[in-house]
Amino acid sequence: MTTPAAPRREPDLPHHPAHGDVVAPPEETAALREALHRVLDPQLTERLATDLAEAADPAALLRRFPAAGRRYGRGLLPGAPDGWRVEDAVRTLLLLRLPPDETAAVAERVYREGDAAERRGVLRALPHLPVGPAGVELVRDALRANDPRLVEAAVGPYAARHLDQPAWRQAVLKCLFIEVPLRAVAGLADRRDAELAALAEGLAAERRAAGRTVPADLALIAPG
Amino acid sequence: MRIFDPHIHMTSRTTADYRAMRAAGVAAVVEPAFWLGQPRTSPDSFADYFDGLLGWEPFRASQYGISHHCTIALNPKEANDPRCVPVLELLPRYLVKDRVVAVGEIGFDSATPEEEHAFAVQLQLAVEHELPAMVHTPHRDKAGGTDRSIAVIRESGIDPGMVVLDHLNEMTVRSAADAGCWMGFSIYPDTKMDPDRMVRILQQYGTERMLVNSAADWGHSDPLLTRATGEAMLAAGFDADDVDRVLWRNPVEFYGQSGRLELEGVDAPAGEAEPGPPPGSYAGNSLLRGGG
Repeated sequence: MTTPAAPRREPDLPHHPAHGDVVAPPEETAALREALHRVLDPQLTERLATDLAEAADPAALLRRFPAAGRRYGRGLLPGAPDGWRVEDAVRTLLLLRLPPDETAAVAERVYREGDAAERRGVLRALPHLPVGPAGVELVRDALRANDPRLVEAAVGPYAARHLDQPAWRQAVLKCLFIEVPLRAVAGLADRRDAELAALAEGLAAERRAAGRTVPADLALIAPG
Repeated sequence: MRIFDPHIHMTSRTTADYRAMRAAGVAAVVEPAFWLGQPRTSPDSFADYFDGLLGWEPFRASQYGISHHCTIALNPKEANDPRCVPVLELLPRYLVKDRVVAVGEIGFDSATPEEEHAFAVQLQLAVEHELPAMVHTPHRDKAGGTDRSIAVIRESGIDPGMVVLDHLNEMTVRSAADAGCWMGFSIYPDTKMDPDRMVRILQQYGTERMLVNSAADWGHSDPLLTRATGEAMLAAGFDADDVDRVLWRNPVEFYGQSGRLELEGVDAPAGEAEPGPPPGSYAGNSLLRGGG
C-alpha cells in the first residue's frame, strides 16, 4: 500500500458552518487531539497527519476508518474521557476531516458497515461532529445491541442531548440490566426522574424475587 | 495444552461448546465464512452473516475467554448461484477489517467454471489485501479437486506459503506438501479424519506447515477433537512441544501472516499459567441474550 506525498503538518480543523450543532464544547475536542499526541510516537504522529490530510476525501476515510485500531493502537487513552481508546480518538479525528455537509451521511455509512470497534468509534465521535440530531438513529441502533461496548458508547453526551426521555430511560435501564456501569451515562443527574426510579425499582424487585443480587448502581438513579 | 482451532463454525455452536472448548484449552479460533446449510438468496444476507462474524460472534467468544477471528469469502457452493455472485463486489469492504485473517473458504465443490471464476477472483483479492487464502478441498473427487485447486493457486501467483489446503486426507496430503502450501486436516467423529489417522500423517510427514482443526459446524462434528488429537499425539510418543507446535504455533504462524491476529491475554506459553475459563462471566448470568 503506497501513501502519496502529503503535508506533514496536521491540518487545521475545517470550519463548521451551520450543518447541525456540535454537542461537545471545542475544548473537549481539542483535548482528545492532545491526548492522542501524547501517546503516539513521532512516526505514528506523522502517519496520523498524513491519514488526516487524506481523510477529507470520504473515499480515503473509508479505507482508513476500519484500520484505526491496528494502525494506532487499541489501548485506553489517558487524558480522554473514561473508556475512550486510542482508536476511538483517531476515528473521531478522521470524521472531523469530512466536509461538514457530508459528515452525517459518512458517519452513518461507516457505522452501518462497521465492525463492533468501528461502531463504537462512531458513537464516541457523535458529540464532536457537526451533525445535529442526525445521528440519533445510530444511537437507537446501538441501544438495541446486547454488546455492552456499544451500549456503553451509546449513552454518552450525544444521547443526553438528543435522545427523547422514554428512550433515554430505557437506555439507562438496559445499562443496569447488562451491567454497564452507570457512570457511562452522561447527564444522569440532570435527566433521571421519578419514572426512571420506578422502572429501576421494578428491576430490583424482580432480582430480589429471584434471589439474585440487585445492581449496586441502582442507588445512582434515585432522584436527588 | 493451549489450542488454536484454525477452522470452526462457532455461529452454529452453543455457549456450552464455548465453555467446554475453553476448559479443554482452546483459547483462539478462526471461523471461516461458509455455506449455512440453507442456501442464501441475495448478497444482503451474506452482509448480515459477515457482520455477525465481525461483531456478535467475537463478543460471544470473548465471554468465554476465547479470541475469535474470521475469514471472509463467497463459498464454492454458492459461487454457482447467480443471485449470490454479486457478493464478490462486497468483499473488499470486509477484507480491510480487523480480525479478518484470510480470504476463505474458497475453492471447488463441484468443479464448475463458475466456482473456478470465484476461486481465481478471490485469490487475487487475497494478494491485493496481503491476506492468506483458505482453500476448501471438495468432498467428492477430492484427489482430482485438490490437484485442480493447486493448479489454480499456481496460476494466481499467490505465494503457496500464504495458502492452506484444508480437509486433506491420506490421498491428498502429498500433493499439498509438494505444492508448498500449508496442510489443514479436519478431525471429525466419523468422516474426514480421526485423531489416530492424523497422528500417522504427522509421523509420516512431520509437523511443519500442519494445521489441525475440528471444522465443527451444524452437522455431526465435535469441537473438542483438536484436544483429542493432541492427546493422541502424546500417546503416540510426540512431546508437548510437538503438540504445541501443531495446535498453537502453526496456526499462529499461518494466520499471523495477515498481521491481524489478536492474541493478547490468551497466548501464555504452554504449561504456564493456563488462563482459567471465565465462563459466561460478563454479566454473571445468561441475560445478554434477552437483554434487549
